[in-house]
Amino acid sequence: MNIAIPIFPGSNCDHDTEHVFGTVLGANVHSVWHKETSIGTPDMVIIPGGFSYGDYLRTGAIARFSPIMESIQDFAKKGGPVIGICNGFQILLEAGLLPGVMLHNENLRFICKSVHLKVEAGNQSHFTQGLDPEQTFKIPISHGEGNYRIDDDGLKSLEDHQQIVFRYVNELGELDPEANVNGATAAIAGICNRQGNVLGLMPHPERAAEPQLGNADGRQLLDAFLQAVDVTV
Amino acid sequence: MFQASVHVTLRPSILDPKGKASEQALHQLGLKAIQDVRIGKLITMNVEAATEEEANKKVEEACQKLLANDVMEDVEIEMKRVAHDTSQ
Repeated sequence: MNIAIPIFPGSNCDHDTEHVFGTVLGANVHSVWHKETSIGTPDMVIIPGGFSYGDYLRTGAIARFSPIMESIQDFAKKGGPVIGICNGFQILLEAGLLPGVMLHNENLRFICKSVHLKVEAGNQSHFTQGLDPEQTFKIPISHGEGNYRIDDDGLKSLEDHQQIVFRYVNELGELDPEANVNGATAAIAGICNRQGNVLGLMPHPERAAEPQLGNADGRQLLDAFLQAVDVTV
Repeated sequence: MFQASVHVTLRPSILDPKGKASEQALHQLGLKAIQDVRIGKLITMNVEAATEEEANKKVEEACQKLLANDVMEDVEIEMKRVAHDTSQ
């Protein structure tokens, strides 16, 4: 399993992502500087979190035009598995690989804490087929702009095509306005494209993948992501 | 040469938490007559172009490709001719 991790100026979760996918999960990871024009021939691309270009203009807006992005767009359009975590998700939105936008969290605060998630039953994403939609996962978030917005038609289209992958829930696994900490439309924490090969999520499973860190729920998500790609490669 | 001022604001249908928080603070200061505060961005730039129409076209392209996201933002462009005019 070869995983490419593009790094932009201001990415700051790239080392965590490399460590978890490489050392913990045993994949072959290599990072690719944003000025490169080819992502190579990986089995999967993971766009890490951070603050690419200092979030200037809009989150992800400038990274989306980095030289490496054209190659990632091609890879994604040919069905290659691409996952964007946090800022990676924001970049995928700006690049038009996923629909919608991110606004500031409703309470205007940067939120850094563990939240609860559920996988949407029957969703189109290739990556979550091995996960139980009944299970609640405790995963950290860390963002100022995670308030996912899409208009009513867009939301209906996401629902009709089963593109909602993760939603924020409370500890009991129920939808609850209190649990939707950033105010996202329909408590959306992650979505995929119609084909299911591009996934974006705000929470950071890579920050909760080892028991030494006090929470290994993220490991289950990451195992499922890798397993999904292994099956299709 | 033209100088463009691009005003980028959140669309009216989009909640503007910064504007709302500022409005609340203004009300606390007793400035209750102030309503509907919206916070946006002002981006200025010089544009090399022969005509105002051409300059507008270039700035519109810049807005559409990078400076604004039309899913959530509206754009207003102000254009004025400045010195070092190469069109004469």
